[in-house]
Amino acid sequence: MKNISVRKSFIWVMLAIGGIVMMTPIIFMFSASFKYNDQIYDLALISSEPTLSNYFYLFENTEFLTWFMNSFFVAMVVTISVLFFDALIGYTLCKFKFKGRKLIFIAILSTLMIPTEMLVIPWYILSKDLGLLDSFIGLIFPGLMSGFGVFLMKQFFEGVPDDYLDAARIDGLNEFQIFIEIALSMVTPALSALAIFTFLGNWTAFLWPLIVTSSADLYTIPVGLSSFSGEFQSEWEMIMTGAAVASLPTLLVFLLLQRYIIRGVILGGLKG
Amino acid sequence: MSRTVEQKRALWAWLFLALPLVYFILVRFYPTLDAFSISLTEWNIVGEKTYVGLDNFIALYNDPVFWIVLGNTFEYLALGVPISLFLSFMVAYYLDQIRFGHGFLRACYFMPFLTTAVAMAWVWRWFYQPVPIGIINMTLGQLGILQLDFLRSTTQALPAVLVPAIWAGLGFQIVIFMAGIRAIPQTYYEAAKIDGAGPWQILKEITLPQLRPTITFLVVMSSIGFLRIFDQVYNMTQEGEGGPLNATRPLVLYIYKAAFDDFEMGMAAAQTVVLFTILMIITVIQLRLLRK
Repeated sequence: MKNISVRKSFIWVMLAIGGIVMMTPIIFMFSASFKYNDQIYDLALISSEPTLSNYFYLFENTEFLTWFMNSFFVAMVVTISVLFFDALIGYTLCKFKFKGRKLIFIAILSTLMIPTEMLVIPWYILSKDLGLLDSFIGLIFPGLMSGFGVFLMKQFFEGVPDDYLDAARIDGLNEFQIFIEIALSMVTPALSALAIFTFLGNWTAFLWPLIVTSSADLYTIPVGLSSFSGEFQSEWEMIMTGAAVASLPTLLVFLLLQRYIIRGVILGGLKG
Repeated sequence: MSRTVEQKRALWAWLFLALPLVYFILVRFYPTLDAFSISLTEWNIVGEKTYVGLDNFIALYNDPVFWIVLGNTFEYLALGVPISLFLSFMVAYYLDQIRFGHGFLRACYFMPFLTTAVAMAWVWRWFYQPVPIGIINMTLGQLGILQLDFLRSTTQALPAVLVPAIWAGLGFQIVIFMAGIRAIPQTYYEAAKIDGAGPWQILKEITLPQLRPTITFLVVMSSIGFLRIFDQVYNMTQEGEGGPLNATRPLVLYIYKAAFDDFEMGMAAAQTVVLFTILMIITVIQLRLLRK
């Protein structure tokens, strides 16, 4: 018995050390963002005179706030669009019988095999031809629907009994009303999983925004941070403040909704 | 009567799918075919496209830098996949046995997954700086151990860039592993214990074989992730060049440079076809393994 508790304590200590190591970059990033430039060489986590001046400087003298809002806007629009359309497509492919249904599903599923890196060149040319380079539409259009979400939603709609939908039909609802009012409410776990993945993916997305934007007021936060850090090479406290601003929203949401997010990630990861 | 109802419903279906179909054709299928067709041309995006057949692929074959890049890309994969899977399994396996502080520890391991790769690339870049800036060398200095060059060294740079990529992905893998471990029926363990199996035997005979689908899934997901590494390299190396001396440059960065610095669209598209082929082969191998 004693043996077991010694073993458990040892495991616990090792896991705790590992956990601290995992958190080190995040902790040091926040710590440095509250320091003056001359204190950055100090290993102490909390400086003797903590300051918010880096944050003030960042918001007043750089375009971080614009980039933050751009990222938020893009991630929001894409997430809403993906939730609506992927659910609608998944629902239709699951609950309607019509010719070509299988073919469409396989075609959409096959897009999962195509890496973004292969599409960015044609997307760039398409945007150039349509005058969408360096615009919000250019930033947003590649993500509006996703094969992953369609697959996820279709699987979840399989679990919704047809009886509920038929009952609504007898009540005189049309097919679109049934989708919005009945079907969607029965797959909320899948919707929240899809929302987490889509928002996170777009908030952190780098390659396409880097390619499609050229003027600084359209940068998203990763692109802005990257160009800003390149210029501020030696001012690590400013770079860390920028990195902290970029990371804060997702970390904050996680702290508030930890259980749901981990459940959502497992759901999306395993079923997707 | 029932026929008209069915027809009506089919009509709804096509109404729902009309816009999505246009979207998928325009933004997924057409660009995919376009990438293949551009790969057979020489094109600087402003002038005319000239059809050159397989010349781009032949040029790549004869390009020594392309082979270095391909080698780097596979080095990210060959180091990243086993290391990250080993670490995440270890953590998941032991974390699953812990009740006290379970949620808190899990949060510590999971949070890096929610960070922005670009932001964390700069944090790690800071860590790797020489004394008196980088905390790793400062700590090594205080302990009286030798200093490391990290990003400035042709041999240490690639692992140094890889670390934040592994670090950020661990949380996802741990959570998926734990879900997999939880899904193993408790009766298997009880039966094994009655048979007198030790913890090692249980791990080898029950846990690992039962986790096979989970392991396959994670191997494929992380393989694809490491083969597509870009954000970290672009932000951690001087001028985003993938240096020093191409030592860290992966395929996606080479594609990016060819397309958007040199505007060699044909050459860049040919490289994306190579990437696509590699990813395809890995996915097919996965499907084979899963079917078994």
